[in-house]
Amino acid sequence: MATVITGAASPERLEEAWHETPGLGSFLTTVDHKRIGKRYLYTGLLFLVIGGIESLVMRIQLTHSNLHVVDPETYNQLFSMHGVTMMFLFATPVLSGFGNYLVPLMIGARDMAFPRLNALGYWVFLAAGLFLYSSFVVHRLPDAGWFNYTPLSDSVYTPGPNIDFYALGLIFVGISTTAGSINFIVTILKMRAPGMSLDRMPIFVWGELAMALTVVFALPALTLANVMLELERRAGFHFFAPAGGGQPLLWQHLFWIFGHPEVYLVVLPALGIASAIIPTFCRRPMIGYTYIVLAEMAIAVIGFGVWVHHMFAVGLPTIGLGFISLTSFLVVIPSGVQIFAWLATMWAGKPVLRTPMLFVIGFIILFVIGGLSGPMLAAVPLDQQVTDSYFVVAHFHYVLVGGAMFPIFAGIYFWAPKMTGRLLHEGWGKVSFWLMFVGFNALFFPMHILGLRGQPRRTYTYQAGQGWDFLNLVETIGAFVLALGILVTFVNWVWSAKRGEPAGHDPWRGESLEWATTSPPAEYNFENIPTVRSREPMWDQPELGPHGQPPEAGGRGLGGGHNTLGTSLLEAEPEVVVPMPHESPWPLLLTVALAAVFVGLLIREWVFWAVAAVATAISVAGWFWPRGETQET
Amino acid sequence: MVSTGRVGCRRRPAGSLTVAGAVGVALAAGGCTGDSSVVSPKGPAASSVAGLWWPMLVAATAVFAFVTGMLLLAAARGRRRTEEQAKGAAAWGEPFIVFAGVVVSGIILVGFFVFSLGRMQALADAGHKTKLTVGVVGHDWWWEVRYPNGAVSANEIHIPAGVKVELALTTDDVIHSFWVPRLGPKTDMIPGQRNRLWLEASQPGTYRGQCAEFCGLQHANMLIRVVADTPADFDAWMAREAEPAAASDAAGQRVFETQTCAGCHTVRGAEAKGTIGPDLTHFGRRDTLGAGVRPRTPENLARWITDPQSLKPGTTMPPTTLAPADLNALVAYLDGLR
Repeated sequence: MATVITGAASPERLEEAWHETPGLGSFLTTVDHKRIGKRYLYTGLLFLVIGGIESLVMRIQLTHSNLHVVDPETYNQLFSMHGVTMMFLFATPVLSGFGNYLVPLMIGARDMAFPRLNALGYWVFLAAGLFLYSSFVVHRLPDAGWFNYTPLSDSVYTPGPNIDFYALGLIFVGISTTAGSINFIVTILKMRAPGMSLDRMPIFVWGELAMALTVVFALPALTLANVMLELERRAGFHFFAPAGGGQPLLWQHLFWIFGHPEVYLVVLPALGIASAIIPTFCRRPMIGYTYIVLAEMAIAVIGFGVWVHHMFAVGLPTIGLGFISLTSFLVVIPSGVQIFAWLATMWAGKPVLRTPMLFVIGFIILFVIGGLSGPMLAAVPLDQQVTDSYFVVAHFHYVLVGGAMFPIFAGIYFWAPKMTGRLLHEGWGKVSFWLMFVGFNALFFPMHILGLRGQPRRTYTYQAGQGWDFLNLVETIGAFVLALGILVTFVNWVWSAKRGEPAGHDPWRGESLEWATTSPPAEYNFENIPTVRSREPMWDQPELGPHGQPPEAGGRGLGGGHNTLGTSLLEAEPEVVVPMPHESPWPLLLTVALAAVFVGLLIREWVFWAVAAVATAISVAGWFWPRGETQET
Repeated sequence: MVSTGRVGCRRRPAGSLTVAGAVGVALAAGGCTGDSSVVSPKGPAASSVAGLWWPMLVAATAVFAFVTGMLLLAAARGRRRTEEQAKGAAAWGEPFIVFAGVVVSGIILVGFFVFSLGRMQALADAGHKTKLTVGVVGHDWWWEVRYPNGAVSANEIHIPAGVKVELALTTDDVIHSFWVPRLGPKTDMIPGQRNRLWLEASQPGTYRGQCAEFCGLQHANMLIRVVADTPADFDAWMAREAEPAAASDAAGQRVFETQTCAGCHTVRGAEAKGTIGPDLTHFGRRDTLGAGVRPRTPENLARWITDPQSLKPGTTMPPTTLAPADLNALVAYLDGLR
């Protein structure tokens, strides 16, 4: 085995083993993490546009008191789908997309651990997004908010299929998120390049690991809640309705046990993006690596102990509120630790204000503001005043848009050159940043004040004479400026992909392994899998270049086969050569069958449903059918 | 985060930071004495919370100024620094992270936790000393109000000023939340549960609020008015409210009793015992109609009767077609229910 592990690879052999013929066939059957990662990104950004248009319509409606641009039902559908879209169809998938594209490159692997599961994850995400939005065709979009409280969402108060689209859609998309997370966990723990012990792993990869672990523990609560809700709506169960002995607060507990970690699982990889960009543009290693990693993990853990702060006004005993108030105050500390580590690194280094760094600086300012209104909402009496007002809307948009979308845009400017081989235009990048930063603050900062002045959220209109009109007008203008800034980046991206300045393999002088390969990388990522001797391999190992690491310097070609290296969990000692699966139609076929199962549940055509269930079983059997090769997943 | 220093309502907020300036403009533009502002409290509960808000705002502003100042300074001095300097050792780095991120942040956060916990418990304890309990029942999309002497009203809650009043909060359908910002924190109304909230208005006056938990189509127009009277006025008001309806327009009363109105509404003293909509026995003493959606003028009332969906789309109230004379009589009758 040792010879295989070290055996040199020739580009020709690798090319032959890994090549996917371009065309419809490989479009539908690809298992390449880079193609899948880009799909997650593009599809997620498409949903950003959809969710953004929803918010613009809401902002137009709220520009002034007593407007009638949309009716109340449409407004309720808009804010419900805005939340569902931004959380489940934009933020999570886009961050998974970055992870999918970058994690194997950063850890020196040739693909994700389970490439076909990876493909399944994308297809299911796409299908679930289409499933949720198919409700638009029948004018029955979910309309009880992304939080979907019972009894408003039960069959008495929402008899139409709106909520069934929601419940089934979220169960469906959960399959994708769970599959993706398991894949991340195994890839990160078992496929790192030799020498990349856990304490040399890039912080971005730690962020993706924290996200994946959070998903695995948080998502079952949401899936369970939605299964119970469907049983209540469709089969006469009484989990939540008090008339049958149910308890409406049970939904809230289940939803927020998932929902609050969900916020962190969006923010954690985004913080990882910031931690990936800051050292590169400060020209020095990150100060406090260990503290940042511990902080990310602490957030992931404490994040499971704060859910009741969404429920401070429901009438729970004060002793319970006190405990959750404490954890909600304390969860600020690990976020603060990361901010001070970034500040220290910037202070000690030489910050270079290229566009990615500009977005990161903007992110830090916005994230600090969101982090400072957090403790105000952890203080029980203050929360009881401003919860469900626009103050909360301001707070979580600073945390989520400031804390996740700005890093995502930093990541686009930073890594798109790796994906396309061309740099984005720097000048337009800066224009985009300033439009987004100014527009964002004009949109969301006044919401703090409106919340303090009593404007409740989730209202389709408000009465004149309350002093709310002017700031609402400012917010609407801000929303359009923000949208324009986002548009500038999209145009910049599309234009630069064809006409941008060639990037070369390492345009920013980055420190991690994704820069030790061509831009865009070959299908097999690395000719020779590098042996890592440092936390910043690109800075400390001069032999690393666009073709990985030459064999004489320790690079492992694995004989140039369709395989990658499995290593030990802590120290990344080489253990086994893992044969990787080829293109496969089964992930897509299984997705189609699964989608039919969910459609069958929705329309309650049981014959249709039974056929779909059989098709699902056949797809699973086809996926696992022995083919004489080593068993794959 | 927001403007620095103690921001009094009449004082202009000061602050050199852009953000603080933006807040200053915003506060100056609208004033902070809004009709439903958390930070211009009119009762002890709201004052207690506002007293928690201002120190937190000051601390947040200080932290924001420090972090942003250091961030922008670091960014600005990057141009003058060399790559050699950037690679140098920074032994102060990790102690700084621990000191600023854990020690100082921890002290501030735990300090505010203890402070807020004290206020929370004090607010809860004060609720044990109320003398009057008023029942408030949430409905899609209006408020039913029940007084201990049997009086039943809707949407406008009278309380005696300077007295702690307990509200017993329940709901007839989905979750609602009772919130009158200038008097105190909100509390949800949960099906199958009875929550308690105490209110006190220091001075007589009218205080606005509205439902704060999303409850469906007309969540936006589920408005509350709390009217604080002097204790003597309140006693007289509550006694009058418990009595049957006053004599009013007789023709209008016939319309009310024979058309669909009486199927949903109660008027004590008339042949009208419906329980779906608000009790209208003393409707003529209220300031608004449709749970605050419009002022109670004869024109608005006529439109509310004939075409309620145009004022409040989705309301349970059905449109009623009436001959002009009948409509006028009905409006006169309802107006006379004082």
